[in-house]
Amino acid sequence: MTDGTPPVLAAELVRWSWIGDHLDDIRDALVQHLQLTGLAVLFGMLLAFPLALAAIRWPRLYAPILGFTGVLFTIPSLALFILLIPFTGLQIWTALIGLTMYTLLILVRNMVEGLRGVDRDVREAAQAMGYTPARQLFRVELPLALPVIMAGVRIATVTTIGLVTVTALIGWGGLGQLFLDGFTLNFPTPLIVGVVLSALLAFAADLLLVGVQRGLTPWARGGGS
Amino acid sequence: MDVLSDLVQWLTAPEQWSGPSGIPVRTAQHVWYSLVATAIAAVIALPIGVVIGHIGRGGLVAINLSNLGRALPSLGIIILVFTLVGFGVVPVLVALTALAIPPIVTNSYVGMRSVDRDVREAAEGMGMTGRQVLWGVELPVAMPLIMAGIRTSTVQVVATATLAAFVGLGGLGRYLIDGFAQRDLPQVLGGAVLVAVLSLITELALGRVQTLVVSKGLAERSAEAAVGAKVQKAA
Amino acid sequence: MRRIRLGSAAAAVCLALLVAACGGGDDALQGGDQSGGDQSSVIIGSTNFPEQLILAHMYAAVLEKAGVNVTTRLNLGNREVVFPALEKGDIQLLPEYNGSVLSFLDPDATATTTEEVNTALAPLLQAKNLVALDASPAEDKDGWAVTQETATKYNLRTLDDLKPVAPQLVVGGPAELKTRPAGLPGLKKVYGIPDFKEFKALDPGGPLTISALKNGDIDVARVFTTQGVIADEGWVLLEETKPLAPAQNVVPIGRTDAMTDQVKGALNPLSAKITTEELTKLNAQVDVEKKDPEQVARDWLTQQGLL
Repeated sequence: MTDGTPPVLAAELVRWSWIGDHLDDIRDALVQHLQLTGLAVLFGMLLAFPLALAAIRWPRLYAPILGFTGVLFTIPSLALFILLIPFTGLQIWTALIGLTMYTLLILVRNMVEGLRGVDRDVREAAQAMGYTPARQLFRVELPLALPVIMAGVRIATVTTIGLVTVTALIGWGGLGQLFLDGFTLNFPTPLIVGVVLSALLAFAADLLLVGVQRGLTPWARGGGS
Repeated sequence: MDVLSDLVQWLTAPEQWSGPSGIPVRTAQHVWYSLVATAIAAVIALPIGVVIGHIGRGGLVAINLSNLGRALPSLGIIILVFTLVGFGVVPVLVALTALAIPPIVTNSYVGMRSVDRDVREAAEGMGMTGRQVLWGVELPVAMPLIMAGIRTSTVQVVATATLAAFVGLGGLGRYLIDGFAQRDLPQVLGGAVLVAVLSLITELALGRVQTLVVSKGLAERSAEAAVGAKVQKAA
Repeated sequence: MRRIRLGSAAAAVCLALLVAACGGGDDALQGGDQSGGDQSSVIIGSTNFPEQLILAHMYAAVLEKAGVNVTTRLNLGNREVVFPALEKGDIQLLPEYNGSVLSFLDPDATATTTEEVNTALAPLLQAKNLVALDASPAEDKDGWAVTQETATKYNLRTLDDLKPVAPQLVVGGPAELKTRPAGLPGLKKVYGIPDFKEFKALDPGGPLTISALKNGDIDVARVFTTQGVIADEGWVLLEETKPLAPAQNVVPIGRTDAMTDQVKGALNPLSAKITTEELTKLNAQVDVEKKDPEQVARDWLTQQGLL
């Protein structure tokens, strides 16, 4: 465990000309990163919703659903991607399936907790008012559960943005590809660009989602932050 | 299924359990990276979270800064530090510590803030100094959340320590990377299973520690309810 | 309730934008044209070391000049990952090394010279709908390097000299070195070299291996004979007295349906001009001078009158 001479001179930390020459690649990486994240969170939500509803309707299912998704979560992301390759090759599905599995746990958990957190009184009032179960769900329960669900979406999104970089190891890493290029060429500039951009991306996504949440739940605004 | 029997064969083969590339050595390395990183993170993050929670100011700044930390990609940090510093443990420890800090800061802060104002005022009314309030009242009440933060951090670190293999170090990630390169699926599966088991054991073990450390008068539930409300407000 | 509609509308718009971005023909998301039907487009892949990037960029540049639509998916991993992608159609063209591909497809192959290797390789490729274009004179072989100090200490000049001292030495290289015929198994089989003290899985002659050899974390490093860093650091490449690996000429290997006459017409003249000396020089520019592989490729092509 020795630390030898640094392989790269500090003076070459950021070669701005490289950035200028590679704006196209950087833009492509960023776009790919956004697409992977967006699709993974979207698919996660689409899958989590019926699972959450099932867990509410049949409470006995909750523990197994949580357990199953929980186990998926402990599988190191790298392993998951590697294991999918023989089946799905180096296509985008390998990355998406893996990424979606991780968003699934976070989203299911938050959806169930959010829906459960709706006061029984409110639910009974809605029933008394003659709301059908569907109407009750969409008009009353979901809106009230929104803060907790959105908290889940935020965590899932930021987590996915980080995971997409690991996906670079199987060829679909968005900004993670910049890390690998920096590594193979032993050259810090693409690395730094990749790290800074992915951190900024996560931060911006989080802020954006907070905004969306505030927009969707105006009544919660009075409650302080 | 063939794959399953191959996996079992791999896990039970004697050569897997001896030597520098055996499961015990690699697990020990993995645990070492995780423990050291979490310990360093705790040393940095606990004082920050606790002090800011005690004073009650700067919380927003602290939480946002630590959220920024959560946004840093671990693989990128490992590679970046490696490129600057060279071969060794430093890149991995830096990345894992950065990963472990945010949950501890956030949870410690929220935990400290969750102490009822009445309780705090009562303690001050009894003549306790600030420091006594901190150690005698706030910390014990905040303990469930602080422990939850440490648990979350540790489990995340254990799962992410697989990346150490990417820069040529040991740990259970070695099975993933080598298995991948050698097209040895049972090895990859074996590594995945081992990491998953280690994560679960860590989670359970820290759960036990939490029950021991939290004072008997405080049910975990009430603290979690407080967190639930806080999360909903903060979110 | 109107707020919720607005919020949902906003979310829907965001989603629509996202989906539109997906379908927008941006090659960031395009995995590959598996049907291979469009004959004037090629997806070029590469494995994960700088020489591969240089070669891939060269192929891309001359193909683009010939009017072919090129997509590059580079730095994907090692051959064990990338070659199956070629077989599956996720990529359509790879810069390869004939001897290595032969060992990969047939570990028991005994061909050694360039001609023998090419002849043995052709039917194996055909069975997978692949074809090798013209091979270059350039060869990039696997090499085993030690520092000057180690060479002096243990009196190492050829690979045979490793035989008595291997159990005292730590060897480092890519993970697949442990299992590939030309790797550690080959040393044992051809030279009778016993197990080393330890094998550290690092990377294919990349920053990890280089750093580890420099620091003394490993004693013997598997490198590529065309790497510039060997000369730069004054390392000693141990001589091969017996052939460990067959000929390793650089050769483009692609899917038969994608290797049209247009493609061949562009790549064959290029391959003829790539020599070992030229390749080594280009590698040094990237490895040691840290120049950009694409730029290095283009500059050289312009110099050679191919661009």
